Amino acid sequence: MMTVFRTTKRLNRSFTVSFILFAFLAVFGAFMVLPLLYAVNNAFKPLDELFIFPPRFFVNNPTLDNFYDLVALMGNSWVPLSRYIANTLLITLIGTVGHILLASAAAYPLAKYQFLGSKTLFSIVVLSLMFSGHVTAIPNYMVMSWLGWINTHASIIVPSLAFPLGLFLMKQFMEQLPTALLEAAKIDGASEYRIYWSIVMPNVKPAWLTLMILQFPMLWGTDGGSFIYSENLKTLHYALGQITLGGIARAGVGAAVALILMVVPITLFVISQSSVIQTMATSGMKE
Amino acid sequence: MQAETTSQAVSNLIHPKKKSKLSHVWTELKKNKHYYLLMSPYMLIFFTFTVIPVVFSLILSFFYFNMLEFPRFVGWQNYSRLFLNDDIFMIALKNTFIFAIITGPVSYIACFFFAWVINELSPKIRAVMTLIFYAPAISGNVFFIWLIVFSGDRYGYLNGFLIKFGFILEPIQWLTNEKYILMIVMIVQLWLSLGTSFLAFIAGLQTIDRTLIEAGVVDGIKNRWQELWFITLPSMRPQLLFGAVLQITGSLAVADITIALAGFPSVNYAAHTIVTHLMDYGTIRFEMGYASAIATVLFGIMIGTNKLTQKLLRKVGE
Repeated sequence: MMTVFRTTKRLNRSFTVSFILFAFLAVFGAFMVLPLLYAVNNAFKPLDELFIFPPRFFVNNPTLDNFYDLVALMGNSWVPLSRYIANTLLITLIGTVGHILLASAAAYPLAKYQFLGSKTLFSIVVLSLMFSGHVTAIPNYMVMSWLGWINTHASIIVPSLAFPLGLFLMKQFMEQLPTALLEAAKIDGASEYRIYWSIVMPNVKPAWLTLMILQFPMLWGTDGGSFIYSENLKTLHYALGQITLGGIARAGVGAAVALILMVVPITLFVISQSSVIQTMATSGMKE
Repeated sequence: MQAETTSQAVSNLIHPKKKSKLSHVWTELKKNKHYYLLMSPYMLIFFTFTVIPVVFSLILSFFYFNMLEFPRFVGWQNYSRLFLNDDIFMIALKNTFIFAIITGPVSYIACFFFAWVINELSPKIRAVMTLIFYAPAISGNVFFIWLIVFSGDRYGYLNGFLIKFGFILEPIQWLTNEKYILMIVMIVQLWLSLGTSFLAFIAGLQTIDRTLIEAGVVDGIKNRWQELWFITLPSMRPQLLFGAVLQITGSLAVADITIALAGFPSVNYAAHTIVTHLMDYGTIRFEMGYASAIATVLFGIMIGTNKLTQKLLRKVGE
């Protein structure tokens, strides 16, 4: 048990207090993870097990039926499942990659140079971190309708490209890049665009992953909000909502979709965890 | 005579200076044109979908606007109606504050506490625990699992459990009973809220200079609580500020979870919040001016609370 803790390396640690703290951690860790484990178990439960009384947590006879049913159900429906998946992937991929490109392009001058308006622009971005998107929901809808973007994927993708948290974290991370490196490139005759693309971008890969892990779940979980109405433009999350509304007969299929929706962002986080934490380490608010 | 020449001289002095200032701005802009060009795509979108809507919302809050007729200026009328004649807004305000005052600090402290304890684990276990605590925040819409837990029939997990062990005889309608609903929303919000700020805290803890802690021991730090207050917290001040901003904003804007769990509108407005009130007027009643006034009030509360918290946090470890 002691190998788990680093108590031996640290000074001034009493074992009792450590034990109490880790017990707390274990209890709340269980609170955090149990609903997720339950979601996983549910996806593999046959229908009779989903509605057993008293309800059971773990699956007894795991089956893949729910996933087969999902494919069969969606194959027969008006809009095939592949369409929802394609929509979700389109929104998520363009939204995430585009955000990383645009936010880094804007962060590089802000992080490394001082020029007219640079401080003001950055403080507006910081200020916008302090309020939620709900504040602008209504004018946003009007802007969208003026642009004629209602019922297009652009209404979801384009605003997400300028997510303020991404620019903020990217700028803080870029400040650590050695200025000498950029100056050397400039002396060698590289243009600003070339410096951005060939020197700055490869050096901020950890921050890319961070922006990805913040942006991806947001877009992956979108249901089209108040902007998308056409059935064939809707996303996987919207389809999940429709399936779960289907009642008892669809409960198993709903659990299967939920698992698919959940697994993708979590897997991405597992892959990118250490880079994400490296970027967050620079996340200071400066005034 | 004397005064006249002086003022003329002065104006002569000022005039060319003014011109050179303008041309200075111009040369500045020209010199840095690459930077502006690099920033332009992001800033264009950011201004179109964030800054302009905020300004627009501020202006619109002084108008009556129903999306069909031309907006009509009504001055402070929207605000006076909001604070004097709208009982439901008062319920929403109360709920939002109860909600923010409990979940905001609790989840903020929980983020820090768990990050702090996790930081003492060995690297591999630390990675697993980070994942466990962070996963609910990114698993997106899996919070509907809680609908099953709190389901009102006896197949709901909580009801099933309580009936099986004899605590209750009849299933409780958790999500349609005013007594429980706000509490349940809070529990689920807490479950979801260990997000970006939690990661920032873990990161902050890993960057603390070890020599600082060793020096602290020499200076007489006796236990982990003193180490926490005098070394850990002050070293993490930037991350603490960052986390506070995100947590406050998140807890004041709660809406999606109340809608998913308690419905929209919730029973007797028991889980009505400022944002659901905003949605009610904005997307159902189409009273855009009134909804904008609600948004402006929310905006003010968020900025105000953030500024206050930043002031408080500057005192940590002093």
